[in-house]
Amino acid sequence: METLEQIKARLEAVLPMTKLDILSNECPAGDRSLLVHAASGFAVAKFLRDDPLLKLDYCSNVTGIDWPEATIKTKVKKKVAVAGVEKEIEETIETLRSGHLEVVYHLYSMELKHGPVVLRLRTENRTDNTQLPSLTPLWRGAEFQEREVYDLYGVIFEGHPDLRRILMWDNFEGFPMRRDYVAPDDFEYEPTPHDEVLAEAKKHYPVEPKSEVKP
Amino acid sequence: MIEEGLKSELQKQGVYVTTLEDLYNWGRANSVWPLTFGLACCAIEMIAASMSRFDLARFGAEVFRPSPRQADLMIVAGTVTKKMAPLVVRLFNQMPEPKYVIAMGACAISGGPFKQGYNVLKGIDRYLPVDVSIPGCPPRPEALIHAIMTLQEKILAQKLTGPDRPRHLNADVPGEYPVPAYGEHDLEPPMNPEVWHPPAIKR
Repeated sequence: METLEQIKARLEAVLPMTKLDILSNECPAGDRSLLVHAASGFAVAKFLRDDPLLKLDYCSNVTGIDWPEATIKTKVKKKVAVAGVEKEIEETIETLRSGHLEVVYHLYSMELKHGPVVLRLRTENRTDNTQLPSLTPLWRGAEFQEREVYDLYGVIFEGHPDLRRILMWDNFEGFPMRRDYVAPDDFEYEPTPHDEVLAEAKKHYPVEPKSEVKP
Repeated sequence: MIEEGLKSELQKQGVYVTTLEDLYNWGRANSVWPLTFGLACCAIEMIAASMSRFDLARFGAEVFRPSPRQADLMIVAGTVTKKMAPLVVRLFNQMPEPKYVIAMGACAISGGPFKQGYNVLKGIDRYLPVDVSIPGCPPRPEALIHAIMTLQEKILAQKLTGPDRPRHLNADVPGEYPVPAYGEHDLEPPMNPEVWHPPAIKR
């Protein structure tokens, strides 16, 4: 199979208006993926499916990621001359990352037996602009998985034939897999609480009667 | 009531004396028909228990009925999600009296490993009167057989008259339980206060 750079170059030649980036995961494996601008997501996916060299005819997995707004600290080593002596100083740079929702598609080719090509689509923000093009018209198998991403993360897939909740019930409020989802407070007595459960338990312990002041 | 000593003395002479209560309970205890109904991996152990290796038929409980109208026992085998809980209660309401509930496995008795989650009921005993609970994740088929035997002992000990008579012989006690509704985040009500009393939170 072609490398991701080759695919990107060909995509940019065929679809000149697309914005593409190659991202790599921050993990030892460093899996790389293609970040596509939401507006051209459908056209890029259609190209990947129909191109005779790629023929990515199988969408094996669709998943969602929630990226809340955060400040990212990166450490940079700098050489600074202090009073004629060169010293290495670590500097932390803080960058503000805007919040967004991300949907990841893993594409394979059954015919040419290659893959995966990982496709990422990002929404504008996490609150009012969470639309993304649905890829269900291209890969029918994405239907339930896109419904699941809608159910748990709140990504609205435009062009999806039947966008309803799939795991939670219909009148459920909120999107439970988002980082800022607050589950109902229904703590019950735990005999051996620990870690997060202990912190939760302490909030619910009965107030201790104030001990009498010793003379 | 006949004395136990006289009863065994008569039995040695070839005369078998019993009471209607004993006969009635003996018949019921040895034909407990469960509902064909599984929710998660515990159901696999339940199926194994009913197959030839463990042979639940030895206890008269092998006839898994596909309709709640013909079942006596509901084995809640597996994780009860909040979405599934109203359907479980409704199935139990559709079963005719006398009926019993076995909560099988950690999830059915307390929510198990999913207890801190947002989508799993913290035990079916919030809505249904559980007769026998089996701990385990999942419990072995032997544990399910033990639960059936425990239930049989419970049935055999039931008095058919008097204030302690079972639910199905007491017209004042309803056999149906309120079905919870889906709320915005949780089931409403989150439990049936007539069936379940939350444990006091202590340090």
